[in-house]
Amino acid sequence: SSGGEPGGLQRRRSAGMAVAVERPANDELRNLSLSGHVGFDSLPDQLVNKSTSQGFCFNILCVGETGIGKSTLMDTLFNTKFESDPATHNEPGVRLKARSYELQESNVRLKLTIVDTVGFGDQINKDDSYKPIVEYIDTQFEAYLQEELKIKRSLFNYHDTRIHACLYFIAPTGHSLKSLDLVTMKKLDSKVNIIPIIAKADTIAKNELHKFKSKIMSELVSNGVQIYQFPTDEETVAEINATMSVHLPFAVVGSTEEVKIGNKMSKARQYPWGVVQVENENHCDFVKLREMLIRVNMEDLREQTHTRHYELYRRCKLEEMGFKDTDPDSKPFSLQETYEAKRNEFLGELQKKEEEMRQMFVMRVKEKEAELKEAEKDLHEKFDHLKRTHQEEKKKVDDKKKELEEELSNFQKKKAAAQLLQSQAQQAGSQQTKKDKDKKNFFFM
Amino acid sequence: SADNKIEAAMSELVPEPRQKPAVPMKPVGINSNLLGYIGIDTIIEQMRKKTMKTGFDFNIMVVGQSGLGKSTLVNTLFKSQVSRKSSGWNREEKIPKTVEIKAIGHVIEEGGVKMKLTVIDTPGFGDQINNENCWEPIEKYINEQYEKFLKEEVNIARKKRIPDTRVHCCLYFISPTGHSLRPLDLEFMKHLSKVVNIIPVIAKADTMTLEEKTEFKQRVRKELEVNGIEFYPQKEFDEDLEDKTENDKIRQESMPFAVVGSDKEYQVNGKRILGRKTPWGVIEVENLSHCEFALLRDFVIRTHLQDLKEVTHNIHYETYRAKRLNDNGGLPPVTTETEENHESNL
Repeated sequence: SSGGEPGGLQRRRSAGMAVAVERPANDELRNLSLSGHVGFDSLPDQLVNKSTSQGFCFNILCVGETGIGKSTLMDTLFNTKFESDPATHNEPGVRLKARSYELQESNVRLKLTIVDTVGFGDQINKDDSYKPIVEYIDTQFEAYLQEELKIKRSLFNYHDTRIHACLYFIAPTGHSLKSLDLVTMKKLDSKVNIIPIIAKADTIAKNELHKFKSKIMSELVSNGVQIYQFPTDEETVAEINATMSVHLPFAVVGSTEEVKIGNKMSKARQYPWGVVQVENENHCDFVKLREMLIRVNMEDLREQTHTRHYELYRRCKLEEMGFKDTDPDSKPFSLQETYEAKRNEFLGELQKKEEEMRQMFVMRVKEKEAELKEAEKDLHEKFDHLKRTHQEEKKKVDDKKKELEEELSNFQKKKAAAQLLQSQAQQAGSQQTKKDKDKKNFFFM
Repeated sequence: SADNKIEAAMSELVPEPRQKPAVPMKPVGINSNLLGYIGIDTIIEQMRKKTMKTGFDFNIMVVGQSGLGKSTLVNTLFKSQVSRKSSGWNREEKIPKTVEIKAIGHVIEEGGVKMKLTVIDTPGFGDQINNENCWEPIEKYINEQYEKFLKEEVNIARKKRIPDTRVHCCLYFISPTGHSLRPLDLEFMKHLSKVVNIIPVIAKADTMTLEEKTEFKQRVRKELEVNGIEFYPQKEFDEDLEDKTENDKIRQESMPFAVVGSDKEYQVNGKRILGRKTPWGVIEVENLSHCEFALLRDFVIRTHLQDLKEVTHNIHYETYRAKRLNDNGGLPPVTTETEENHESNL
């Protein structure tokens, strides 16, 4: 694992000073023996301690039909009741639901994310069912790639959301894989580590199970589906991984209910005809799944995701964007330049789109304005009409008022004249009475 | 009013946001008084096994004037003939006219852990009459390693494991004058502490008494501080309070380590120990009351080795990369003639 340069002397020229770098060739790399204890055997501990203090991420994707037991299996694997409502069968399409949890065991902190495919297998037309799944996986890769390409980046405390393991739940029909299963797995096998499992395995009889498993595996092989290979290159795990591989796909039963068996409470499913014990290897492969997924290969799953699936995504994406590994001398430049060019191109497109949208917007606004103006004009007309009518009415009323007033004044005049006559007549009468009264009074006195 | 109507019209025009694919929400903390053992903690063992299998790289550079015991010290650190001088190179050491960079790699194994150790020597540093800018070839070498790594990293088809030739640790040897740092020391450390982890050591500390040692160390620390030289472990990279407390003690009391190196063994009190024999006694290298070699060894190898690599990778390398990708970084264009180009030129 040393540098790829062949041996020999290499001359580097720098600012007039000859600086010779002597590197022995790979095979000349000396194995030295130590004359005492140096202490770098603590390196793995140093490394592990650092990782422990940061915590680990593990992300599982569960693909399977509604009601096949995905949530229950997760609950069983992690000994926890993760909050979730069971999904309905009426989903219009497949959507992915992700939930994150922080688990801790001794000094290990795990950020576990479980991604569920809601509505998978429920639609009448399942042509596009795999698409949201692929899109989700790609989005997580893209997020990591974007971070990696940033100029100022912080990868060492990046919250890794890439899917490390995909549990594919196969329905326990007992016959063979459904075409949806084959299509979906084929689309996913180059993007994620697939571990196929047979769900609700307690509905299959033991002899049928063996045939079912063989059929599934041979169908996978004949269709070229690449499932996750448990690693056999490291001595301590090679044996257990090889033994377990034989039992793929794992036939699992999930349960969070506990039943008393003997003098212990164990996770089980109670039927009238007996009790299916989840952790009994004669009853189902749950223990094997837990062993493989968590206790033996969790780190390898993470590593494969990063070094294989992510690298493939990155390579394809960059090639798609137009990069090429050309001459060795100018790589950082060409990548940067091309990246800049691509980014400018992209920005240019964005600007164009923005311009188009703005123009459309302006046009629509103009239209609306015109409409509003029309409405305003109508209103004004109505108002004018009303005003006119009002004025006419008013004039009528005024005219009538004048008439009335004239009548009233005529009447008053007549009244006044009549009163005058009356008073004159009275006066004449009263004057005569006064003369008579005065005569009388004169005579008394 | 007309304004409200226009606003309502605008909201009609804004397109419906495209449904984003689901992304994990903030994690829900689950109290792990879990109902049973899951086995998550086995990941530690899994990780350890993997790292043991892949092995480790470590690249250490030694800088200092000739005769300060650099090669001996490195040999003592790794209990093996790892230095250039011991590797069968030209034994008649002529002081080179310029600063040379000489790297030599070995594979050493201990307790199942394989390490590819590269020792980078810098003969000629500080040995000329005019030592102006003699740190430049060293700075250039360090940046070249960052450049190499960066080139590998931006490849479309990348290697599974990018070979790491970056300098993780630079031991700077201070002459035990007992007075103060030399201008060359300050210049070097000022420039290089920005690109690499520098660990200053006081060489040939057996020429100082305990009091002289303590005083000298204090003076050196003061001078480094006054000149704004951040040696490893840098204050700004302390990750948490625990780190800070531990590192503060090292920065303010132990460093710079006053060391003595030796690859010869002597019999003392019935034990074979590494030491230097003088007419007035045997200086025991690994005896803490004689010198601080053991502290340096524990610090570099047993506790901070991984951290040295991580600071190099997460900080120094990232700084280089950011500068490089942002502009030409004010760095001189790096020309590296690879073997292929060399051949094609022929």
